[in-house]
Amino acid sequence: MPHDNARRGFLRHSIAIVPVAALSGAACTQETPPASAAPPPAGASAVPSAAYSPAFFHAPEWAFIQAAVARLIPADDTGPGAIEAGVPEFIDRQMDASFGHAAIWYMQGPFVDSPPEFGYQGKLPPRDVYRAGIEACDAYCKNTFSGKTFAQLDASQQDQVLKGLESGEVKFDNLSAKTFFGFLLQNTKEGYLSDPIHGGNKNAGSWKMIGFPGARADFADWVGRPGVRYPLPPVSINGPQG
Amino acid sequence: MATQKKPAVDAVLVGFGWTGAIMGMELTAAGLKVLALERGEMRDTNPDFAYPRITDELSYGIRGKLFQNLAKETVTVRHTPAEVAVPYRQLGSFLPGDGVGGAGVHWNGHHWRPLPDDLRIRSRYEECYGKKFIPGGMHLQDWGVGYDELEPFFDQFEKVCGISGKAGNLLGKIQPGGNPFEGARSSEFPLPPLATINSALLFEKATRELGYHPFPQAAANASRAYTNPHGAQLGPCNFCGFCERFGCYMYSKASPQTTLLPTLMHRPNFELRTRSHVIRVNMAADGKRATGVTYIDAQGNEVEQPADLVILCAYQFHNVRLLLLSDIGQKYDPATGQGVVGRNYAYQLNGGASLFFNQDQPMNPFVGAGASGSVIDDFDGDNFDHGPLGFIGGASINCITTGGRPIQQMSVPAGTPAWGAGWKRAIKDNYLYTTGVGSQGSVMSYRDNYLDLDPTYKDVYGQPLLRMTFDWKANDIAMTQFIGSKVEGIAKAMGPRQYQLSFKKPGDHYDLRVYQSTHNTGGAPMGTDRSTSAVNRYLQVWDVPNVFVMGASAFPQNFGYNPTGMVGALAYWAAKAIREQYLKNPGALA
Ligand SMILES: Cc1cc2nc3c(=O)[nH]c(=O)nc-3n(C[C@H](O)[C@H](O)[C@H](O)COP(=O)(O)OP(=O)(O)OC[C@H]3O[C@@H](n4cnc5c(N)ncnc54)[C@H](O)[C@@H]3O)c2cc1C
Ligand code: SF4
Repeated sequence: MPHDNARRGFLRHSIAIVPVAALSGAACTQETPPASAAPPPAGASAVPSAAYSPAFFHAPEWAFIQAAVARLIPADDTGPGAIEAGVPEFIDRQMDASFGHAAIWYMQGPFVDSPPEFGYQGKLPPRDVYRAGIEACDAYCKNTFSGKTFAQLDASQQDQVLKGLESGEVKFDNLSAKTFFGFLLQNTKEGYLSDPIHGGNKNAGSWKMIGFPGARADFADWVGRPGVRYPLPPVSINGPQG
Repeated sequence: MATQKKPAVDAVLVGFGWTGAIMGMELTAAGLKVLALERGEMRDTNPDFAYPRITDELSYGIRGKLFQNLAKETVTVRHTPAEVAVPYRQLGSFLPGDGVGGAGVHWNGHHWRPLPDDLRIRSRYEECYGKKFIPGGMHLQDWGVGYDELEPFFDQFEKVCGISGKAGNLLGKIQPGGNPFEGARSSEFPLPPLATINSALLFEKATRELGYHPFPQAAANASRAYTNPHGAQLGPCNFCGFCERFGCYMYSKASPQTTLLPTLMHRPNFELRTRSHVIRVNMAADGKRATGVTYIDAQGNEVEQPADLVILCAYQFHNVRLLLLSDIGQKYDPATGQGVVGRNYAYQLNGGASLFFNQDQPMNPFVGAGASGSVIDDFDGDNFDHGPLGFIGGASINCITTGGRPIQQMSVPAGTPAWGAGWKRAIKDNYLYTTGVGSQGSVMSYRDNYLDLDPTYKDVYGQPLLRMTFDWKANDIAMTQFIGSKVEGIAKAMGPRQYQLSFKKPGDHYDLRVYQSTHNTGGAPMGTDRSTSAVNRYLQVWDVPNVFVMGASAFPQNFGYNPTGMVGALAYWAAKAIREQYLKNPGALA
């Protein structure tokens, strides 16, 4: 049972270990990874720009989020990874925003299972899906990888678990693993690509990588100029970025 | 039980988006005391759409800050009458508006007039291909109003909006550079077309070489500074890329705020009450007359508002739902095919191609406007021979860039992983070099695609939600497959490194998750036969002459275009009938 108190206690004790690349100021209050811990993803040199203390996620959940988004968008020489981009901070902030609370979703019952074309029909708002999903995923990892949480796995094992969630191969008792993965991936990309005012996309790093100028919103002189790349760097709603 | 009763007005408007604002202008001009009740908030360009805050893709484009709050009210959906409908819980497939200006705030501004034959579609197909050509179960209907009758009202709406475009048929003479298939217009568009974006340059060349007839999309995004007939001023669009789903901070996109409200809000015989959610139309005991409406105010009080005229301007769904909740008109029954309210719900069937170019061809996709780009109409309506093809309807095919907002408008080649290093590399390699060709297809109406009240789910006021029973039908899938083959030809001719197609196939079901269009139609169809239409040709309820129903709920089926040109023209047409006929002799209009 995922809600078993004994297990919860156990989870708290075996506090998550995060890849070096995933360490933010807040994560530093956790145990230092032992030598046997997961190696950082290839090319990872990213260090988040500012410390951030999560408001919603508890420490083991925070370790999961950091480890998971670091695999969903790894750091390499193509461009910033999700950690460097501040995606965990973005997701944490979204949990207390209207999205996390499903504030503008119709959440009255009855809740009926229906084909995927009808969209998410679950009872839980996203923040509860995250909470239950992380707990179930760590429980799954412990069962499968001799007691290790998701954050303690090496990168290829983490990828294997994420693929299992995505495909529906990994199943949780009380929650759709696919739904959980769906929110996680959606929010990771949102945090990577949205305006930096929401806590992700630090220094507009992803926008620099793809060539999106952000909130400039004035392109009258740039219409119908084939073959000419727009020259200016991105700005955020908060102003110039790096 | 109403706890409050307000002094009577001459006309009450339910909803204050495009049609509400048009009706407000026209009926106050006729001297009526007019009250608009809008369930949402007050909204104006400043401060609500001000730069830079409005250029926030996450808040507006993804989280839907300007759209309907589904927690309060939504619809339920199923594919067939045999299934149990489930709520449309999160915004996806369509994005109804909320607040002053309605969806007229966050629309794109693609402007169209239907083809003359779209309005007499059953007659046209019977004449050309014989009665047998129309499949069983399809409710193909003429509209009961002709293109020539509506022409002055299209013209009026275009001048109010300051539409940028190029006429293709001026007074019956085909004009180079415009749409040669369009109905005759009495005047040129008020503004020249928007400048042509990079990808549309390629589209125009390719379609012309293929023998088609490209023309600039007519746009309610002003190409120049413009003053409309009411004295409202629009500024030139700067292709900001934050148009569809956003309000315009440049006063460039036609909306009720930019075109009508500057005048209307100052008229002494006009009043607007926001945060006033109408829950029903009140009826006299004999059921032959409305006495006004009841709404819930911002404090949660139930308020009765008496009125001589009730004009539903609440958007397609809400109009139909209010008719059903108020027991106005005979409910449609799919088992017998009898009844008119809820009949002929239709939608649109879109498809498209994503094109990926080499790095020496940057498309700068963030340079875009809600309606910037080019279109062909060669495979729309009955502009091509349907005889050997065996389906009814068609699609306009366009190359339009509304912007390149990275969360929603990112396209990657098929086979790209959904995450990981491969995904990141793909967005880096493709973002600047991607464009699309899209199609906007007609959807016919059918006996078993319809609207009624849900037996289970309720809104926050405890009233039943509207239930939608809808799925794609063979005719419409055949249409989109045919269009797909044409789009593929165009995509190839544009010379991308790689392209991929996305068109619905036989067996595909209507999917609520993915945005398709907010072009929901029908449910209170117009016509001249009261056994198949809920409102007459003046949008007046057949048996309740002091209730009029505006908006796309009147469409008997949907065409291959965006609806608002037709919605606006019908509102002006109905307003004229009210002013010149109904007010002199209140009763059923002939
Ligand atoms: C993202 C998007 C893009 C679009 N792009 C285009 C386009 O390019 N071209 C085009 O032709 N069309 C487009 N449309 C469609 C266009 O916006 C609509 O056709 C048009 O706004 C319909 O006008 P309306 O007056 O019927 O409804 P709306 O403008 O939606 O106004 C209805 C108003 O009624 C209010 N209301 C509803 N129920 C109640 C109630 N019970 N009590 C009180 N008030 C109520 C709503 O809050 C709303 O403000 C688009 C729509 C969307 C959402
Ligand atoms: S693209 Fe043009 S019309 Fe649309 S919001 Fe931007 S400036 Fe306004």
